[in-house]
Amino acid sequence: MILDIYSFSTLTTYIDKSLHAIMAPWLAVAAELVLIGLLFLAFYALLGLFLVYLERKVCAVMQNRIGPNRVGKWGIFQTVADFIKLVTKELIPIKNADNFLFNLAPFIVIIASFMAMAALPFAKGLQAIDFNIGIFYIIAVSSLGIVGVLIAGWSSNSKYSLIGAMRSGAQIVSYELSVGLSLLAVVVFSGSMQLSTIVESQANGWWIFKGHIPALIAFVIYLIASTAEINRGPFDLAEAESELTAGFHTEYSGIKFAFFFLAEYINMFIVAAIAATLFFGGWMPLHIGHWEAFNRVMDFIPSIIWFFGKTFFIIYLIMWFKWTFPRLRIDQLLKLEWKYLLPLSLLNIVLISFVVLMGWYF
Amino acid sequence: MNSPIDMSEEIIKNIIVKEDDDYIVNMGPQHPSTHGVLRLEVCLNGETVKYMVPHIGYIHRAIEKMSESDTYKQIIHLTDRMDYLSAHMNNEAICLAVENALEIEVPERVKYIRVALDELSRVASHHLWWSAFGMDLGALTTFFYGMRDREKILAIFEESFGSRLLHSFVTPGGLMHDVHPNFQKHIMEFVRYFRKKLPEYKQLLTDNVIFHNRTKGIGYMSRETAIAFGVTGPSGRGSGFSCDVRKTAPYGLYNEINFKEILHDEGDSFTRYLVRMEEMEESLNILEQVADNIPEGDFTAKMKPIVKLPEGEYYQRVETARGELGVYIVSDGKKFPYRVKFRSPNFSNLFVLNTLAMEHLIADLVTISGSLDLVIPDIDR
Repeated sequence: MILDIYSFSTLTTYIDKSLHAIMAPWLAVAAELVLIGLLFLAFYALLGLFLVYLERKVCAVMQNRIGPNRVGKWGIFQTVADFIKLVTKELIPIKNADNFLFNLAPFIVIIASFMAMAALPFAKGLQAIDFNIGIFYIIAVSSLGIVGVLIAGWSSNSKYSLIGAMRSGAQIVSYELSVGLSLLAVVVFSGSMQLSTIVESQANGWWIFKGHIPALIAFVIYLIASTAEINRGPFDLAEAESELTAGFHTEYSGIKFAFFFLAEYINMFIVAAIAATLFFGGWMPLHIGHWEAFNRVMDFIPSIIWFFGKTFFIIYLIMWFKWTFPRLRIDQLLKLEWKYLLPLSLLNIVLISFVVLMGWYF
Repeated sequence: MNSPIDMSEEIIKNIIVKEDDDYIVNMGPQHPSTHGVLRLEVCLNGETVKYMVPHIGYIHRAIEKMSESDTYKQIIHLTDRMDYLSAHMNNEAICLAVENALEIEVPERVKYIRVALDELSRVASHHLWWSAFGMDLGALTTFFYGMRDREKILAIFEESFGSRLLHSFVTPGGLMHDVHPNFQKHIMEFVRYFRKKLPEYKQLLTDNVIFHNRTKGIGYMSRETAIAFGVTGPSGRGSGFSCDVRKTAPYGLYNEINFKEILHDEGDSFTRYLVRMEEMEESLNILEQVADNIPEGDFTAKMKPIVKLPEGEYYQRVETARGELGVYIVSDGKKFPYRVKFRSPNFSNLFVLNTLAMEHLIADLVTISGSLDLVIPDIDR
């Protein structure tokens, strides 16, 4: 199937060529790296602000409220105002805290979420690095954040923080397994770990449709496990505010707190983006088998809209969970993972391997 | 008379052995889930609660002592500030005590209006409890649904008394003034409205699987424990302890109204939840019987401007939204009481918390204290 979707690679190649024309090759590469870094930083900040705004609006809809509506039209600048407040707030020093680790923790958390962004394919040809082990890289990098959480809990010299961090550690170590195994499902289907190849493999249908029931099971497991992995309700035990006031970031204030806060939302975006890429085709438009006319119409919608549309749909699902379910208890949380999700995903892998061997998918 | 329950066993279970290397976490006095300035000194073993000592007194206002230098009509305004969610029932307790002492018969209209206000306050109080209980368990949305419906009741209060929460509306002998002409109409409107909204409560929380897992079998309280600690109200009735003062010692109009006492035997947090949900429905039944039949007449009996109780001791109990409130007045014949003592339900309900929460997880401690529905100003008075 020939796709005539606009590819961002024409734009990026043009920039690359013009930079090489005026600079030495090593300088051109350095300039490109700086450019990408700045782009990501800007995107990161804007995305964080927008996600916080979105969450407040979604939760308002769930709760019969209007949500922010004073700063700017429909309150769109509310989160900007909040961010300015957080930046200008005093950083309260904590007595007997391990200051070096205490200051280091927010950076570890935010860097981990920043690194995972690099491998995401945002649109056709718009991807910072196309690793051949893309999924492996994302899983590895996104679990680095827990180190920051543990350090934050340990160094704050607060019992609430410590309990929150221990819970978070147990939770993420457990749910990492299910996340990995459910992502493995798509790897088995597409036969590649490279994210661009996985997206290309869905040109004649998304894996959630092509993969029958096993793909659906893998998607549901991924959705549950990844919600748990990013510490969001109903699995937000690490910061259960009715029990531990704010969990691991109880003692943080100002911009350091904002880092944790931002990282939480960016992590939500990352897991949603991975789900969209692996199960819903990423930037790939909705294609159905040999319906050429239908497929052509779908191709007119730009690939970047497809990607963000799918991602925000999954983000909406994750927010919906948070605002309607009560929180689980720590023992129930671990029981859910080790007794139900993990055996189920192991069985699912066997099932998928069988389906793939027999060629029972489209 | 049945054989008395052996309390010693219950008390021995509750004895706390402190050790030097206990891992103590202070929950409160500023903590989201203690619903006020209560401090719980929690000793943890990992996440498990080893023991828990409640520390009270952060909001003590000496209401009982202040009552000794106030006239009986002034004391009413202090009782509002004990259990602010059952403000009307608190007022009524002291009014009934004075009326019984002076042997005053209040007009029929007053009795009807008082019962209607009792039940409206009870539903409003249970609304707030439902909202906050959901919050304790991490279901943040319940708060807004509960508040939405509670607002309708507060609007009725505001229309008739001008105040929404602490409306010292009853006085010895009757009411401050007559209710608003729309009083009956708006009550019936509320009953119809809330009957339609109750299924939403069921969908959001009662039928939720996570909610069942969090509450079923958590904080089991036997009937013996309930009696030994004097746990009354919905918390006691969830353990099969028949303690509804409206049934056991009817006051006002309650012996003429047809209603049933909600009793369950299971004694866990979920049962206490169910008792309150069913009580809300039962209150709606009572409101339906009362609101349509409020007779015309005076809003107060003839009273002297200054009330003086004859020398003696008087005791009156009423059923608030949280249990049995007792008012004990010693009078020496002057216009001020000699001594006033309130037996507040939350005080007894708080001290059973350690027995229920022992060997549970810290998350369950929050569930249990939420299911006991504590109001802190009522504990300290």
